[in-house]
Amino acid sequence: MVFLFNIFYQFGDSLAFLLLAAIGLAVIFGMMKIINLAHGEFITVGAYGTVVSGKVFNLPLPIAMVFGVIITVIFGLILEKLIIRYLYGRPLDSVVATWGISLIVSQSFLVIFGPSYEGLQTPMGNFKLGEFSYSEYRVFLIIFALLILVLLYYLFMKTSFGTLARATIENPNISSSMGVNVQNVYTVTFAIGAGLAGVTGALYAPTMTIVPSIGQAFIVSSFITVVTAGASPFVGLVPAAAFLGMVQTSVTFFYKSTIGLIAILCAVILIIRYLPQGFSGLILKTRSK
Amino acid sequence: MKKIVVFMLTSFLFIFSSVKADTIKLGILEDETGNFAIAVVPKIHAYELAVKEINANGGVLGKKLEIVRYDTQSDNRRFQEFARRLIKKDKVDVVFGAFSSASRESIRGIMEKNKMLYFYNNQYEGGVCSKTTFMTGAVPEQQFSTLVPWMMEKYGKNVYTIAADYNFGQISAEWVRQIVKENGGTMVGEEFIPLDVSQYSQTIQKIQKAKPDVLMTLLVGAKQASFYEQQASAGLKIPMATSINVGQAYEHKRFAPPALENMYVTVNYIEEVHDVIKSGEFHDKSKDYVKRFRALYPDEPYINMESANAYNAIYIYAKAVEKAGTTETMKVVEALESGISQDGPSGVVTMDPKSHHGSHTIFLIEVGKGHKVSIPKIWKDIKPYWLGESGCDLANKADYSQYTPSNPPS
Repeated sequence: MVFLFNIFYQFGDSLAFLLLAAIGLAVIFGMMKIINLAHGEFITVGAYGTVVSGKVFNLPLPIAMVFGVIITVIFGLILEKLIIRYLYGRPLDSVVATWGISLIVSQSFLVIFGPSYEGLQTPMGNFKLGEFSYSEYRVFLIIFALLILVLLYYLFMKTSFGTLARATIENPNISSSMGVNVQNVYTVTFAIGAGLAGVTGALYAPTMTIVPSIGQAFIVSSFITVVTAGASPFVGLVPAAAFLGMVQTSVTFFYKSTIGLIAILCAVILIIRYLPQGFSGLILKTRSK
Repeated sequence: MKKIVVFMLTSFLFIFSSVKADTIKLGILEDETGNFAIAVVPKIHAYELAVKEINANGGVLGKKLEIVRYDTQSDNRRFQEFARRLIKKDKVDVVFGAFSSASRESIRGIMEKNKMLYFYNNQYEGGVCSKTTFMTGAVPEQQFSTLVPWMMEKYGKNVYTIAADYNFGQISAEWVRQIVKENGGTMVGEEFIPLDVSQYSQTIQKIQKAKPDVLMTLLVGAKQASFYEQQASAGLKIPMATSINVGQAYEHKRFAPPALENMYVTVNYIEEVHDVIKSGEFHDKSKDYVKRFRALYPDEPYINMESANAYNAIYIYAKAVEKAGTTETMKVVEALESGISQDGPSGVVTMDPKSHHGSHTIFLIEVGKGHKVSIPKIWKDIKPYWLGESGCDLANKADYSQYTPSNPPS
C-alpha cells in the first residue's frame, strides 16, 4: 500500500512538474507556432507576482497567486501588442525576439528585486504513511495540474472561443473572411498561454528559491515535454509528460538523479528520432486509421 | 662622490617609479550575477571596503590600490575569458576571485601558466596545493572535522549525504565519508545531484527510507536551495549539517521558517556573531567590521563569511607586498610564506607556509525555531593541517595540484 502510494506520489510529482512547466509553452507553440524562449520569464513573472504581492499587500497565498497570474496575463498582453503580433508565421524570428525578451526581463528582475527575494512558506502540512511523510501541497499540485488540463481541453475543444481559435490557427485567411477577428483571437490565445505560465510560477513559488532565474528551472522540462508531445498540444501533452515522468522517476528510483536526468534526455532523442511528430502525431495517426 | 651616487640612485629610482604604474592593480573575478550572485555580492563589497581602507591609510609601498573587476556571471567560460584579459590586457599584479570550485579550477591553470598570484577566498573542498595560489577560506579539516563528530555525538552515527554533483560536492562528500568512518559511524546513503535539479520529492523519500540520524546537505546554488523548503514541507525532520548554507547565501534570512530549522553549519564568520556572543574579542571585532561595512554599503542584505575571507585576502596581500617591497609574484609568494597574519572580522588568520591556506576561528551555528541563530560551540585557531601533514610543502617544493583524501600528495 505504502509502496503503491510512493509510486503514485513520485510519478505524480514528476508528471505535475512536466505538465505545469510545459502547459503555457504548449498553448503558445502549439496554437500559434511561436517558439517562446521567454517562457521561463513568464513563469518568473508569475512567481514574483505571487511572492511580491503576498509580501507587500500581506495577501493570503491563494489571492496572491491569483494576483500573480493576472500580472502575467497583463505582461503577456503588453508583449503581444508590442512585439509578438509582428512575428506570427515567422517562427525563427520569434526565437530571436523572445530570447531577447527573456534576457531583458530576467536582468530587469535582477536590477529591481536583487539577486534573491524572501520566499514564502509552502502552504498546507504533511501527512505520514508508514515510515514516509509527504507534503500535502505537492499532492494538491498533481490534482491541480490535471484539472487545468481538463479545463484547457474544455476551453479549446468545447467552447465557441475554442472553435474560433482552432479555426484561426488552421487557416487565418479563411477565418478572417468568415468574420473572425483574427487579431483578437491571437491576442487572447497568447494571453492564455502567458497566464498558464503565470499559474506555474504562482504554484511553484512557495516551494522554490525566489531568484530572477527561477523560470530557467522549468525551461528544459517545458521544451522537452512540448517536443515530445508534438504538434497538437492537447492530444500529446498528457502522454508525453506521463512517458517522460515515468522514465525519470523509475531511473532515478533505481539509480541516481544524474542518471535520471540523462535518461530523460535520451528518451527525448529517441522520441524525436522515431516519432518525429511526437505523441500527438502517433495518436492522430492511429486514430485516423 | 658618495653623495652624487646617492643622488643619481634616488633620481634613477624616482624616474623608474614614475615610469612604472603608480597604482597596484588588483584583478577581481566574481559572480555579480547568475546562480551564485547572492553569496558573492557581499564578497565584492568586502574587497572594495578593504581597498578603500588601505588607500585611506596611504596605500601599499606608497602606491594606491586599484581594482579592475569583471562580472563572471557564474559562468566558467567567462572566468577563463576575463582571467586572460586581466593578465594580458589589464596587466594586473594579482587576481582575487571565484566562488564555485569549478570556476576556480577553470582559471587556476591560466594563473599558474602566467605566474600570476591568485587568491581564492571561499570555503571549499580543500586540497589545492599550488605555489602561486593562496586560499583564505575554510577547508574540510576546519569545517567537517569539527562539525561531523559533534553531530554524530549529539544525534547518532548514521549519516546520509546529499551533495552537488561536481568537484566541490564530490570531494566534500569524500571528506564526510572518511570522518564518519574514523568516528565509528555508518554512511547509510549518498546521492549526488546535478546543479540543475530543483525538485526533490524522490530524494526526500530516499532519505526517509534510509532513516539517517544526520543529513549532510552539501547543496550549491539557487536551484538546489529549493531542497530546504521542500524537505520542510514534506516533514523530513532530520537534523541537517553543512559547510555552505547560512554562511554564504544566508538562507536562514531568505527562506520562510521552518525550511532551515534544525540545521547546523560550521562557518568562520557570519554577521550575527556579535549579536549572539555578547562580549569579548569576537563580539568587538565583528561589530566593528559590520559597522564599517554598513557605513559603505548601508543596504547590504547580509554580511557573510566569504565577505570576511575576501576582506582578509586584500589585507594579507597588502601586508605581503609591503614586506616583499615589490609586487613581483615570486617575491610576494615568498613573503606570504613567511607566515603572514591578519587580524580580521573573526580574529587572527595566519597563512600556513606549507599549504598556502589560512587558519580560522570556527563557529558552530545552529538554526533554531523561527530561524533564530545560536552558537553552541566555538573552535579557536583551527589550522589547515591536512595538506601539510600529507606532504604538501610549498615553501620548499613547488607543486600545482589538487589533492583529495583518497589521492594525497606524494
